[in-house]
Amino acid sequence: MHNHSQHCGAMRQLIVIWGLLLVLTGVTVGISRLDLGALNIWAALGIATGKASLVILFFMHLKEEGRAIGISLLVALATLATFIGLTFFDVLYR
Amino acid sequence: MGKVIQMGEYFRRGFLEPSGKQPALFDWIFSTDHKRIGLLYLYSICTFFAVGATIGLLIRLELIAPGRTIVGPQIYNALFTLHGVIMIFLFIIPGVPAAFGNFLLPLQIGARDVAFPRLNLLSWWLYIFGAIMALSALFGGGGAPDTGWTFYLPFAGETTTNVSLAVFGVFVLGFSSILTGLNFITTIHRMRAPGMTWSRLPLFIWSLYATAWVQVLATPILAITLVLILSERVLGLGLFDAARGGDPLMYQHLFWIYSHPAVYIMVLPPMGVVSEIIPVFARRPIFGYWFVAASSIAIAAAGSLVWGHHMFVSGMSDTAVLVFSLLTFIVAIPSAVKVFNWVATLYGGSIRLDAPMLFALTFVLLFSIGGLTGLILGSAATNVHVHDTHFVVGHFHYTMFGGGGFAFFAALHYWFPKFFGRMYNNRRATWAWGTMVIGFNLLYFSMMVVGMHGMPRRYYDYLPQFTHLNQIATIGSWILALGMALMAVNLLIALRRGQHVGANPWEAATLEWTVASPPPPENFEELPQVSHGPYDLKRAGEA
Repeated sequence: MHNHSQHCGAMRQLIVIWGLLLVLTGVTVGISRLDLGALNIWAALGIATGKASLVILFFMHLKEEGRAIGISLLVALATLATFIGLTFFDVLYR
Repeated sequence: MGKVIQMGEYFRRGFLEPSGKQPALFDWIFSTDHKRIGLLYLYSICTFFAVGATIGLLIRLELIAPGRTIVGPQIYNALFTLHGVIMIFLFIIPGVPAAFGNFLLPLQIGARDVAFPRLNLLSWWLYIFGAIMALSALFGGGGAPDTGWTFYLPFAGETTTNVSLAVFGVFVLGFSSILTGLNFITTIHRMRAPGMTWSRLPLFIWSLYATAWVQVLATPILAITLVLILSERVLGLGLFDAARGGDPLMYQHLFWIYSHPAVYIMVLPPMGVVSEIIPVFARRPIFGYWFVAASSIAIAAAGSLVWGHHMFVSGMSDTAVLVFSLLTFIVAIPSAVKVFNWVATLYGGSIRLDAPMLFALTFVLLFSIGGLTGLILGSAATNVHVHDTHFVVGHFHYTMFGGGGFAFFAALHYWFPKFFGRMYNNRRATWAWGTMVIGFNLLYFSMMVVGMHGMPRRYYDYLPQFTHLNQIATIGSWILALGMALMAVNLLIALRRGQHVGANPWEAATLEWTVASPPPPENFEELPQVSHGPYDLKRAGEA
């Protein structure tokens, strides 16, 4: 009985996350139609990062993992963000 | 009937003893023992190095005189591409970490193996498959790749030579590197012996740790870049084609985001080797342990942010040129910290000039020349003058070969008695070293000078005024090859007939010297209880 309700709770949570991902996809499409200049790319990257975080935390169960795995992932993400950020010193000022 | 083994003989051969359960070759190629995998890497890497060096000699022979000497322009392009691919991806990137790192990491931290022994074997197999693919690109339809090891687009997308196979080979090699990195990070975190605190970690392990993070974080970007080259060639996406809305410079960014940090994959472990050898042969603990350890991490971190200095004349924005130039100068700081600490360690020491020390000291000299000429290239104004000239070729051979290569030879001479339980002839090793130093400097210093005079790189022909310096460089290449041949012969003789040595011939204080030479199959009968630092030479031979 306990397992059943736990299972239902988890299922509900997954559906909510799925809904959120769909909403964020809609926001990405919507924002791409507004002309925000350089902010367009930041908005797209920000939303994509948010969506990826939801997938990793809930669908891939990072939320239930230990701190070491979380830190490793953050290091990888920070590295990627730094690489992309530094590339923008070229792309934005060319 | 199994071979009867004397007990003394068994202990002397340690992990090298055949199991007797299967053909000896299978004992090796399916072994999950980190020492055997380390040696598998060592033998493969040395073989590829010999191939790469032979191609290098051919390139130099072509350049001994202007015009066509032994090959035409198309074959010349293929030769320098293959020389680069072999030396970078098959020799210098896996050189110290995969061969020496695999063998020594568990021994130095007091573990019985790495964290994932099967993954370790898989990474060697991936290395071999990748190497076969990259090299078979030579013989397939379309001819050998002619793009240079950098595979720059749009040319790499258009050339009809066999680029796709070579690129896929490098893609596979990248996975081998990532798996080794993951394995090392986990092993260092989880498998240190009791008492092996972070402050007692040998500096070679610190350098492997920093390198492993670069391997794990940067290599996937190379993988993506290589996939994009393949998509361009197969699907013609136009991602880097300005006419179709693509950005040609983006390829260079993506390529160098991996390939500049890769320079530190190539040179950090060699720095770790030198940090091991200098204290032992100067009989003094390393000066500024924490500075040397932290500088490895600082080099790995800062070195990952400087890729743009390869693109100063590409049409990148001036802001980016300024930022990348500044960041490049910052990497010089932790590099200099290491050099000053090595020199300070030597000060007042009882220096013993055996072969490992000679190679290690040569590393310090040649790497310093390579590093300082790197600042000429890191500074935007002077970079424009010498960009894509032989100066660049000379500079990176000083860092990669004078640095990485000489440290590889230093490691070979330092740990040879541990690997095989035998000692080589030190006199012959010293002669080989001297010959190599002379040949090396004639070869690469002439290259830097002729580059300053304006000779471009990657051209099979040149103007008559460059002849003299090119001839000196080619003669240097012969002297260097002679020295390397002498070194190889000396070590091969020692492998069969060298004098047997005990556990600790150099009286060093790190843990690998507390076990027999060669070490027994599982390294330690009981895990050691570490009670002193790695350079506490008064307690050499104790755990």
